[in-house]
Amino acid sequence: MRFILRRLGFYLIAFWASITLNFLLPRFMPGDPVSRMFARTQDRMQPEQIEALRKLLGVDDRPLWEQYIGYMTNIFTGQMGVSISRFPTPVTEVIASQIGWTLLLGGTALVIAAVVGNLLGVLAAWRRGGAIDSALPPLLVFIGSFPYFWLAMGALYLFGVVLNWFPIRHAFTAGLEPGFTWEYIGDVGAHLVLPALTIVLVSIGGWMLGMRNTMIATNSEDYITMAEAKGLRPGRIMLRYAARNAMLPSVTSFGMGLGFVVGGALLTEVVFAYPGVGYQLLNAVQGLDYPLMQGLFLTITAAVLLANFLVDILYVRLDPRVRSN
Amino acid sequence: MTTAILKQPGTTAAKTPAARKPNRSFVHGILTNKKALTGMAVMLVFIALALLAPLLFPGDPSRITAMASMEPSAEHWLGTTAKGQDVLALTVHGSRSSLFVGLTVGFASTFIGILVGLASAYFGKFIDEALSLVTNVFLLLPGLPLLVILAAFLPPGLGTVILVLVITGWAGSARVLRSQALSIRSKDFVAAAVVSGERAGRIMFREILPNMASIVMGTLLACVIYGIGAQAGLEFLGLGDASTVSWGNNLFWAGNEGALLTGSWWVFVPSGVCIALVAFALALINYAVDEVTNPRLRKIKTPKDTDRSASK
Repeated sequence: MRFILRRLGFYLIAFWASITLNFLLPRFMPGDPVSRMFARTQDRMQPEQIEALRKLLGVDDRPLWEQYIGYMTNIFTGQMGVSISRFPTPVTEVIASQIGWTLLLGGTALVIAAVVGNLLGVLAAWRRGGAIDSALPPLLVFIGSFPYFWLAMGALYLFGVVLNWFPIRHAFTAGLEPGFTWEYIGDVGAHLVLPALTIVLVSIGGWMLGMRNTMIATNSEDYITMAEAKGLRPGRIMLRYAARNAMLPSVTSFGMGLGFVVGGALLTEVVFAYPGVGYQLLNAVQGLDYPLMQGLFLTITAAVLLANFLVDILYVRLDPRVRSN
Repeated sequence: MTTAILKQPGTTAAKTPAARKPNRSFVHGILTNKKALTGMAVMLVFIALALLAPLLFPGDPSRITAMASMEPSAEHWLGTTAKGQDVLALTVHGSRSSLFVGLTVGFASTFIGILVGLASAYFGKFIDEALSLVTNVFLLLPGLPLLVILAAFLPPGLGTVILVLVITGWAGSARVLRSQALSIRSKDFVAAAVVSGERAGRIMFREILPNMASIVMGTLLACVIYGIGAQAGLEFLGLGDASTVSWGNNLFWAGNEGALLTGSWWVFVPSGVCIALVAFALALINYAVDEVTNPRLRKIKTPKDTDRSASK
């Protein structure tokens, strides 16, 4: 329990740090992005909306601490201002309409990559020097060296444009009515294949190598020798004795990997014009939509922190050593 | 290098007189390691290309000409972009900015990582708590969104790109270096140095740091890889310095000019392959360092492994 509380405190500090960063950035930056933004949008906005935005972004005459308190109150009551590029939709609404797609894409890719990667790592370590162990790691490291977005571009070109197997843009065909129909779900699935594939390809190598190296250490433990001496089936020793104990670092990287996947998904979404938060972030950047940028950053951060916290709770369940002190 | 030895208690006595010896075997190990040699060869080619770029392709590579979207030919080995620029010239010139930013970011982040890691491990207590907290917060904040938001608010330019990448990149190296420094901090020879009244700076940089050289090298390589990849990502999003020619900017323009949809694969393939080759070469060197210093990962089969494969 103490462990959980400590971690919770840590995540709260991390979240506070990211809010404060968000608060300070527009206020202390050299140059003035804010006035650039206003110059572009003033004719479309109501005076009170401009006033609210000025406060949000720090073009404001109040003392700094007062601004800070006001900013915090706004964040925790969910007032992140209105989006400029999709004026006059509130930032929270824009984010809410798109975070689902990112969760779908990132979640699918993360789970597939983690499961397949860990299994491959287990097999590679179990048969050291075997076919999987000697061929896959260099190959996957090589694939992992490519930038996310470049692989996405390659996949889009090869499977989308040349072979025309999968759709290349958006999350579902325009004009299709969203709903729980087979047609719609199949369509969403088809649009998911290429973006998810690229994320899986890039991240699977890390999982596999991490698992392989921990497994090699676990394989030399005495209880493995003991299990062999008892005459247990190799498959049982591999999965129930070795892999099970080598899993712990992988669980930790799962939380870390999530932040990585969110970042990777961001670029992949841009390439495929996939309507998630990453694609929206790019639109926000191009449209100088600072409120939306800040809102997206906070949302992504909060999601990553929350996921890490859940992983910590899971970790306590898995590792009795953490519970005992 | 010495790290593997130092992990075993009781062998610390060997440190002082034989300090140079494992070092030589490390260099020998690296030079006879196939992965390391391949990686270093690839890196040398790219560094040579970057240095020779103005001689190989004189003139401004981003000059717009009328020969737009031409396929690779004898005249333009890698074809031309939609704006009529020679792709090969763009790629070769791009290596300058990409390698420069990658190396700068790598060295700067590793340097900060060393400072933070050593200070954490040496001083301990409150300083360690505080520094670890900051490190962990930076590690946890999602990197790319943080990059984007920083780059969007800072004035555009190469300096911004480097600064932003260092801000997001140092934490990983700090954490790795701290844990290594901690284990060395608890050795007897460090305690001896403390007792004999050596200054803090001397203990950190002359006693502890030399004993973690291989980890520092691994961290440096990882940071350079990060720098090159993250720069490309940032530029691909249009947040880099659009006036320079770099691999990331080449890809940005390829995407912007619709190279994918028009089928001009030669525009986007070279820059991506270059990033991958450099990252792969650095990763190979990194693995080689790991293999040479960590006996468990070496390829030699232990009797235990042979037994098991024989039993199947």
